[in-house]
Amino acid sequence: MSATTRTVDAPAGTTTRARVRKGRSRPAGDRYAGLVEGWLRSHTLLVYAFLYIPIIVVVVFSFNGTTRRVTQWDGFSLRWYASVLADKTIQGFLFNSFFVAIWTAVISSIFGTMAALGLQRAPKWFQRPFEALTFVSIIVPEIVIALATLVFFSTSFDILNPIFGLKLAKGYHTIIAAHAIFNISLVMLLVRARLSGMDRTHVEASYDLYGTPWRTFWQITFPQLIPAIVAGFLLSFTFSFDDYVITTFVNGQGTTTLPLYVFSTIRKGVTPATNAVAAIMLLITLTILVVGQLVVARNARRTGSRGRDATMASMLAEQSA
Amino acid sequence: MASLTEAAPAPAGADRPRRSFRSGALTALLLAPASLWYLLLLVAPLGIIVLFSFGERGKNGGYAGGFTLDNYAGALERNGPFVTSLLMAFGGTILCLLLALPLAYFIATRGGSKKSLLIVLLVVPFWTSFLIRTYAWLTILGPEGIAGFIGDATGNPSFRILGTPFAILLGVVYGYLPLMIFPIYVTMERMDRTLMEASKDLGAGRWATFRQITLPITLPGLITGSILVFIPLMGEYVVPAILGYSRVFLIGNQLVLQFLEARDWPQGAAKAVVLILIMLVSIIFYIWFSNRGRKVREVSVL
Repeated sequence: MSATTRTVDAPAGTTTRARVRKGRSRPAGDRYAGLVEGWLRSHTLLVYAFLYIPIIVVVVFSFNGTTRRVTQWDGFSLRWYASVLADKTIQGFLFNSFFVAIWTAVISSIFGTMAALGLQRAPKWFQRPFEALTFVSIIVPEIVIALATLVFFSTSFDILNPIFGLKLAKGYHTIIAAHAIFNISLVMLLVRARLSGMDRTHVEASYDLYGTPWRTFWQITFPQLIPAIVAGFLLSFTFSFDDYVITTFVNGQGTTTLPLYVFSTIRKGVTPATNAVAAIMLLITLTILVVGQLVVARNARRTGSRGRDATMASMLAEQSA
Repeated sequence: MASLTEAAPAPAGADRPRRSFRSGALTALLLAPASLWYLLLLVAPLGIIVLFSFGERGKNGGYAGGFTLDNYAGALERNGPFVTSLLMAFGGTILCLLLALPLAYFIATRGGSKKSLLIVLLVVPFWTSFLIRTYAWLTILGPEGIAGFIGDATGNPSFRILGTPFAILLGVVYGYLPLMIFPIYVTMERMDRTLMEASKDLGAGRWATFRQITLPITLPGLITGSILVFIPLMGEYVVPAILGYSRVFLIGNQLVLQFLEARDWPQGAAKAVVLILIMLVSIIFYIWFSNRGRKVREVSVL
């Protein structure tokens, strides 16, 4: 089994030769080869099953026609989707989620990109503390950020409101502001990685041809940054759209989002309606992943970069290393 | 060279001071929003937490000024949730490593033409809502799922999985596994495969090759993955709240209880500061460990 896949998968040329040679001179102590291959294969299969079974369970049971218990299968039905989508309250939660996620993504990708560009021009005494803060924003647990911003908002509102006669309260703006902290850092890291890996020769050529810094930026640098910015935008959107921990502490009157709704319903017991809402959320975020993939791939084709960079997935994988 | 590529090209003569002023203004403008955000929403809130951690609790909760170290004494005295969290974080990280290592190895060395597909299949669960992926286990592990099945099979109808540390461990490993796989896969993918061939040609067995070649080279990936998993695990709140029925207490849940229900902000703040310190120390340790590993390797190569 393993031998066949090896020869089939091997690309043409030198690699094939190397593999064939390896096969021929296999050491005598390698009689466990089949066993090891089998174990690797089944381990991989089991981990993938582990990753997907819960998602499949949620999606499958969202089509359950039952009106009683969620695990009691009563035939395929779309009734829960119909009832969820017709529910005005849930529509409101969906709107809130979208509103918060879009603003978080816009703010994070613009300010994060600006910071990445500014940071490489900034003096050292500024770079170090700024990088330290980025580091802090990433390593401080989300729950601490959530509670700290909650305490900060309520304390400062308590102080400011009587003095200036304001009516500051928690709402969309507090959710978006708190979501943006982590996401600005995230976009900044993505764009900085792209900047440092960028081919400088084009920029120099542009200057040699008397291109102004402004035009050089928009015509040479910016197009090369697009994949990173797009990935950052979509990641921020997704993180914000799916966020429960921060949102639950800094949300205000009428700004409940879908994750908050899902959490409150599972406290009372999972219903097929919960699963339908969850499946709709999955559909939305996966659509975003596909859109991101298309944009990144199109950009890669246009700028002529191939392979590794051409998929959003590999970009994410690269980033995490 | 640097000034040519990074800032505006240096113009000649009298034009220069004005230009550099403008370039400085542009730099400041680019950095202003993010800096403001950090100061207002990161430095100020964390500063308030540090300040509150030395204060006293007000009569109706909240913060009432003063200076005391009692909150820290309290945090160190009742350290149960810290210990549980640390154990859970280390256990979870090790389990993720054990699950991720063979998987990443398989994709990197046996993936062939299906490599991209296999990676996309890892991104999809990572990209879906953590909350949803966690609550899915309620159905699977619940009395109508695995727990009920085991309970029936062993004749013990009160058998439970939800609400036990095992359920939480399962939930966190499940939730953060992709974060461990990505960096390990990337380092293995970049590894010079000829080293493995050479090792085999020199008569080393599978295990020796893995231990002496593959593992040291992928060490940076293992460490990055461990940090990425350890950070969210240490401050986990959602998984114990859902799968633990709040019966198993991690530090995240303790913080929420202290801030919101007991409204004892100073106590909660002290615990939050201790948690941040634990994170800092562990991450610095991880980084130190990886640097040390790198130095040892360089020496051995020489």
